[in-house]
Amino acid sequence: MKRRDVLAAGAGLALLALARPASATPEEMAAAIKVFTGGVTPKEGKVKFDIAQLIDNGNAVPVTVAVESEQRGADHVAAIAIFNEKNPQTDVAVFTLGPRAGKAEVSTRIRLATSQRLIAIARMGDGSYWSKSVDVIVTLAACIEGEAP
Amino acid sequence: MARALIHMPATARRGEVIEIRALIGHPMETGYRPGADGRIVPRDIIRSFVCRYNGEQVFGAELHQAISANPYIAFFTIATESGTLEFTWEGDNRFAHSEKMTLTVSAA
Repeated sequence: MKRRDVLAAGAGLALLALARPASATPEEMAAAIKVFTGGVTPKEGKVKFDIAQLIDNGNAVPVTVAVESEQRGADHVAAIAIFNEKNPQTDVAVFTLGPRAGKAEVSTRIRLATSQRLIAIARMGDGSYWSKSVDVIVTLAACIEGEAP
Repeated sequence: MARALIHMPATARRGEVIEIRALIGHPMETGYRPGADGRIVPRDIIRSFVCRYNGEQVFGAELHQAISANPYIAFFTIATESGTLEFTWEGDNRFAHSEKMTLTVSAA
């Protein structure tokens, strides 16, 4: 890496740090995904990401992630992670499963700050990664109102 | 003290896949919102949830600010033997809560 590249990277980092509380960026999501997968690019497929396309209230959005898997031997889902693009923070949750899960499916309720893209990634027992991304429209955003008086 | 609700069957046949739904009362304060005085309310979230079946972990979750208040998590497990399922939540400000449920497994 050349000296000027290092300087440019440093300047970029400083900018990111300043803009931090506003919203994450697609680049930050890509970086967070890389941390989860250890650099492997996940393949599309196998994962089913169930979420409403049009969301009235971003404070509690029900999501279900299901992965096609026998959940036995090497063909089991070891972990399921959800990432978002434009909340203040890209991580949503990481679920750890195992051969004893029986069924590779988890449900929870999440917050969404704005209309954006979400991605669910499954780590299989053999070390491969599968993903599914969805675009959602959010009309009432989470995280903007102050505390109720 | 937090209030937690666990919804799961009390009995199951051996090898049956059962659904477990866990809900806990917690504000999941993000640390990005201003409070009544205009200052940012400090972060206070649950960071982890673990389910142990007779001592062995069958499910775990790492939670972040994007999880809604009163975190709800639904997952599945295989009923292998009669015993206790222990659910543990841990979070900021030394938050810790655990619940125990018994499951009776009959032969298939």
